[in-house]
Amino acid sequence: MDTLLLKAGGWLAVVFIAFIAMVLAADAGFAVHMAIIALAAGITLWVTINKADYAAIGRGILKAPTDPGIYDDDPIRWGVIATIFWGIAGLTVGLIIALQLAFPVLNLNNEFTTFGRLRPLHTSAVIFAFGGNALIATSYYVVQRTCRARLAFPDLARFVFWGYQLFIVLAATGYLMGVTQSKEYAEPEWYVDLWLTIVWLCYAAVFIGTIVRRSEPHIYVANWFYLSFILTIAMLHVVNGLSMPVSLLGSKSYAAFAGVQDALTQWWYGHNAVGFFLTAGFLAMMYYFVPKQAERPVYSYRLSIIHFWSLIFLYIWAGPHHLHYTALPDWAQTLGMVFSVVLWMPSWGGMINGLMTLNGAWDKIRTDPIIRMMVLALAFYGMSTFEGPMMSIKAVNSLSHYTDWTVGHVHSGALGWNGMITFACLYYLVPRLWGKQRLYSLRMVNWHFWLATLGIVLYAASMWVAGIMQGLMWREYGDDGYLVYAFSEVVTAMLPMYLIRATGGLLYLAGAIVLVYNVWMTIAGRQRDEKPMTETPHNEALDKPIVGKPAVAPAE
Amino acid sequence: MNYEDLRHFADSWGLLFLGMIFLTMIGWTFRPGSNRKHDEAAHMIFEEDHDDG
Repeated sequence: MDTLLLKAGGWLAVVFIAFIAMVLAADAGFAVHMAIIALAAGITLWVTINKADYAAIGRGILKAPTDPGIYDDDPIRWGVIATIFWGIAGLTVGLIIALQLAFPVLNLNNEFTTFGRLRPLHTSAVIFAFGGNALIATSYYVVQRTCRARLAFPDLARFVFWGYQLFIVLAATGYLMGVTQSKEYAEPEWYVDLWLTIVWLCYAAVFIGTIVRRSEPHIYVANWFYLSFILTIAMLHVVNGLSMPVSLLGSKSYAAFAGVQDALTQWWYGHNAVGFFLTAGFLAMMYYFVPKQAERPVYSYRLSIIHFWSLIFLYIWAGPHHLHYTALPDWAQTLGMVFSVVLWMPSWGGMINGLMTLNGAWDKIRTDPIIRMMVLALAFYGMSTFEGPMMSIKAVNSLSHYTDWTVGHVHSGALGWNGMITFACLYYLVPRLWGKQRLYSLRMVNWHFWLATLGIVLYAASMWVAGIMQGLMWREYGDDGYLVYAFSEVVTAMLPMYLIRATGGLLYLAGAIVLVYNVWMTIAGRQRDEKPMTETPHNEALDKPIVGKPAVAPAE
Repeated sequence: MNYEDLRHFADSWGLLFLGMIFLTMIGWTFRPGSNRKHDEAAHMIFEEDHDDG
């Protein structure tokens, strides 16, 4: 009773403090955010003091199995739903901003819906909301199964889930209101950064705590990747987020660094967000779910460890390649370039390791659309980790930088690698988490695969053309020594490519909507009556012994 | 310590230190008997009682 009182009192205090901060806020954005926090704390207070069993109600809504099971899977089920929800949101906003680039009228002449505000909404929604929820959910799943232990600190694990959703809501609403510290992939302002730090440390505690409690002596390699992702993101986020707020009751802050130091810190953060969030974390998914789905152990466990250490030691230095031909010292630019090129090796080592896991079971690509998705993801991991080092070479970068080639590169990695491996993992997880025999439909997974693949191909190809054309037009000098093309002419020339790109995005989103329907029906317990993906032909006429003739006569 | 000192430390002792750790980590995977251990680790996720949740 005393702890209940203490908890309820604590949440009530948060409600009051947030309310006072809202009233005294220096700007409208901060006031709205404090209102959201007051509301969130109020809901938590209600759940704390109310007698109702909200965990059971939640299980009822999600049609989750009532059996608690060996492992603590409730937060994973919520995470799967959240991943899908934010994925659709993020992809939709992506399609909208792609269309805005082609048709500027879609900015709607309204500050809240301009490209500049919607773009961070798109990037954060797909990276941190879709990708982040997928990483948290799968890490909870994998760490329990590979450690043979239930999640440590179950309450904290739930706090991490809800706290992370609050972070996403604060970040997203902030972008729309123009609350941003203007650092790419780190736009949220100081107080949202502090909140994420708390949530992230709790996440680290749950994950490390579960590893400590393991009953399996060896820590499976997927957990190494998850752990490096969690720890490195904590470090990157804290250092890059160092800033001084103008007022404790306002949203504006100034970065602790200035000029080129700030730029380098930002891209040290930014590139390692790619390296440790979008690569190490998703490789952790790959190293567990690809062997599981293929029903074969990883091709080379030794290679997976070498892959791990090489990635860790190299990635952290690659950031300066975002600052070629800037005020950054030349040696630092070269350092970034060299490490980026060397990084090609472990990346391909990892890709080969994943693909060769299918060695001896290649037919599964034909028969199992989930494996097909995983193979496509690995292929795009390989392609984008080849393209990236190439683009980090200064000579190539002088053409590609600031053009849509970069956008195409990011999306071949994000849609091809991160998206496809996540979808494959969702298809793996949903029947298992909801205790169903199989997915509603495998053929719909196949549809999803082809819609998404075609979407990525249109996206990447159009952005290559757009980017290289753009770069060449920008640098085209005439005989008189003047630039040949005005900036506006370059923009006009890219319209067809922008339309193709938006089409690609639409197809990718359509694939994700097929996933929503498939998952929905699976959770509802339905199974689609459909032709299997493969059939072994059976010839009745030949399936009998040869009669009338004696078997081979024994030799005399 | 000023910028120059840090920079010289980074491209001499710092580089050597990190390089040695890296080589040790890689070398460790080739220690005698590691093949069997790696094999067990790779198969660990397929043991019976891991799956159902």
